[in-house]
Amino acid sequence: MRFELVKRQQHSKLFSALSPFLALALTLVCGALIFATQGKSPVDGLYTYFVEPLLEVWSLHELAIKAAPLILIAVGLSVCFLSNNWNIGAEGQFIMGAIAGSILPVMFPTFQNGFVLPLMLIMGMLGGAAYAGIPALLKTRFGTNEILTSLMLVYVAQSFLDWLTRGPWRDPEGNNFPLTRRFHPDAVLPEVLPSSGSAHWGIVFAVVAAVLVWFMISRTVKGFEVRVLGASPRAGRFAGFSAKRMVFFAFLLSGALAGLAGISEAAGAIGYLQPVISPGYGFTAIIVAFLGRLNPLGIVAAGLVLALTYLGGEAAQISLGLSDKVARVFQGMLLFFVLGCDTLIHYRIRLVRDAVAARVS
Amino acid sequence: MQPSADTFPALLETRGLTKVFGKLTACDAIDLTIGRGEIHALLGENGAGKSTLVKMLFGSLEPSAGAIMWAGQPVRIAAPSEARKLGIGMVFQHFSLFEALTAAENIALSLPERTPVSAIAEKARALSAAYGLPVDPSMLVGDLSVGERQRIEIIRCLLQEPQLIILDEPTSVLTPQEADRLFETLERLRGEGKSILYISHRLDEVKRLCDAATVLRHGKVVAHCRPREETAASLARMMVGNTVPAVTRDTLPIKPDAPALLEVRALSRPPATPFSIPLRDIALTVHGGEIVGIAGVAGNGQGELFEAVSGEALQVDAGTIRIRGKDAGRLSISGRRLLGAAFVPEERLGHGAAPAMRLSENLLLSRHRTDRRTFFGRLGVVFAGAVRKASQRVVEQMDVRKSAVDPEAAALSGGNLQKFIVGRELDRRPAVIVINQPTWGVDAGAAARIRQALVELARGGSAVLVISQDLDELFEIADFIAVMHDGRLSKPMPRGEATSEAIGLLMGGAEPGHAGHVGAAA
Repeated sequence: MRFELVKRQQHSKLFSALSPFLALALTLVCGALIFATQGKSPVDGLYTYFVEPLLEVWSLHELAIKAAPLILIAVGLSVCFLSNNWNIGAEGQFIMGAIAGSILPVMFPTFQNGFVLPLMLIMGMLGGAAYAGIPALLKTRFGTNEILTSLMLVYVAQSFLDWLTRGPWRDPEGNNFPLTRRFHPDAVLPEVLPSSGSAHWGIVFAVVAAVLVWFMISRTVKGFEVRVLGASPRAGRFAGFSAKRMVFFAFLLSGALAGLAGISEAAGAIGYLQPVISPGYGFTAIIVAFLGRLNPLGIVAAGLVLALTYLGGEAAQISLGLSDKVARVFQGMLLFFVLGCDTLIHYRIRLVRDAVAARVS
Repeated sequence: MQPSADTFPALLETRGLTKVFGKLTACDAIDLTIGRGEIHALLGENGAGKSTLVKMLFGSLEPSAGAIMWAGQPVRIAAPSEARKLGIGMVFQHFSLFEALTAAENIALSLPERTPVSAIAEKARALSAAYGLPVDPSMLVGDLSVGERQRIEIIRCLLQEPQLIILDEPTSVLTPQEADRLFETLERLRGEGKSILYISHRLDEVKRLCDAATVLRHGKVVAHCRPREETAASLARMMVGNTVPAVTRDTLPIKPDAPALLEVRALSRPPATPFSIPLRDIALTVHGGEIVGIAGVAGNGQGELFEAVSGEALQVDAGTIRIRGKDAGRLSISGRRLLGAAFVPEERLGHGAAPAMRLSENLLLSRHRTDRRTFFGRLGVVFAGAVRKASQRVVEQMDVRKSAVDPEAAALSGGNLQKFIVGRELDRRPAVIVINQPTWGVDAGAAARIRQALVELARGGSAVLVISQDLDELFEIADFIAVMHDGRLSKPMPRGEATSEAIGLLMGGAEPGHAGHVGAAA
């Protein structure tokens, strides 16, 4: 006896649109069950997790700080995924962007003027793009699987940052802590509303990037190229579009946005480099991209939802005494249910009572 | 001792086997009788219904009507596993083998029980020796030649001890030497009383190997015959039809001064994959006002030729393809379109059109470069209104029937989508159009509309190159007909001189020089 997925003749447009909400609802139900198994009141748990962080201004600023990198990265990933390029290494591109952007304030701390910050942002984007260019080059040149190469490069980037902050970039006056020197004021990404809270310009970059990429995807010939090559590669070739150039376009664009997110995080939220600068933004952004239906505007909303899981995780740790790994559990469930809903919208499950294995054809 | 057909019922018999897909009757009341120890050929052009028939016999498709008799007993074959249980084995044209596994492991995968791989390798070795199928079961499939891979498929099939083996165009991927070895194996199997259903277009093979043949045309049986008693010419005639259809179009006087708009010179191309056909020294010229037709059995290099001419595959030497007098061999498909050429590929969904995209978006597919000014503003912003208007114009001109204002391409019927795809190109008034299987799987009304549009385009002075398996179609619209076989193109002959017999012979692989001497070739 086994299960088979059978493609549905037609898929429901209504449920396609509802899918992210269904996934969210299912996640909440399972979340309640998890709280119950931990001996916590499910109502209190969900309230602490998903409502409380939205009730205070400082907490909303935190939400914006967490959402900014998620949205920036996911917007770039949407271009990758739409064009059928599976960049799983945004986490590494985020780190490399942060490192490249930090060259100025760490290695040339005396270079202080109004050009520093714009240069840092540009260098961050270039760093992220260059790092994303590696899997793109390997894919187009040698036909390697970009999922594997981009993922493995994440660990290279993490180790590189670790080595930098413990070795050559360690602050000489930092009492041997593995931290770089603190960025000078010209190198710090300012707050959007300094009077109300700490949210930096990263969230503005994120929203602007989302709108620009949304416009490109839905209204320009470049976006058409992205979608054609992703949906029907052969039709794309017939149209005269180059799949190889698209690999580079998608990887470099998403790398640049991940790099921008990285340097914004370093220069905005942290203010220096340390061995670990990301709680997995690059991976969580994959969930954001799918929860947002690969639509940049949907991604803004999805980014806020996923940012809430980070905040909720912290809140649950503090007030309920649950491990902050609960945040990962929620994120994982969300992705699982989004993919599950999408699959069941296109396929139905059939039970087959047949012990004989099918022919391999 | 071979049991004779008189004392025993035939091994497999179908009576009135019919399969209907919507409006199309793919197989119409097929009667087929395969005796024991017989190699039975199934002949027919592409689209004649051969694969539908075979799928019904192998349990992949359910017949709409009719009966299948196995050794005299009526049977219902609901799945390939049931066909195998009865004793029907099949060797597919395209193999389903994992390259990273050994031959023996691949065979093990298809067996129901968990038999140890070593035991299978032993059995495979024994079979391979007994039937002259040399292949080492411990080799990785990735390291094997195409012929050796086919042997694995055959061994895999033989392990299930079938009474009837269906071979789908087995020699299409083989070298002549490999094909010879295969024939020896098949003759040995026949000697043991096993029956073989042999699907092929290659008339010389069928004549040499097969005891009986059933010829299909447009889903119907047109003849049962004994290939050894026939000539290649008479077999070809059965396949492509007896009569040259009435010409429905005036022969235009070809203007001697009409410019050569499309020229192909000494075009050769190595095979890109194990399943593709190399192009060998192809030469062809299409003048303005002409329709040149390329006939040929599918898989003889037509797709490869289309890719080379359209620019989906580039040539080494720019001069091998010339469009309107300019070297185009190094130009991309967009570059060739900018020279005034238009292309319509064979596959509608996924090649000529993106299935999940709207019709208006599919209009952009082939015209985003040539009509850049009309459709895009600064920064490549799409003028949705202009695109919709052009798409509406195509819909009206070609009478495309659709259920919504701007539906997804996949929602259209084959005929209507093809009308849109052809109309999208004609709307540009191209100087050159290359079209592969213009009316494949299209209903009669849409086919007539498309052919009419091509004739009108040629009358307007454009060069039209039509690649088609449908000889009737070529006789209807082409001024010259050339035949493609095994990557070679015969010299185009004026339609007036072409007979279906001569074309059929060339399609079956006769040397171009012999085409005129049909009797001698047979």
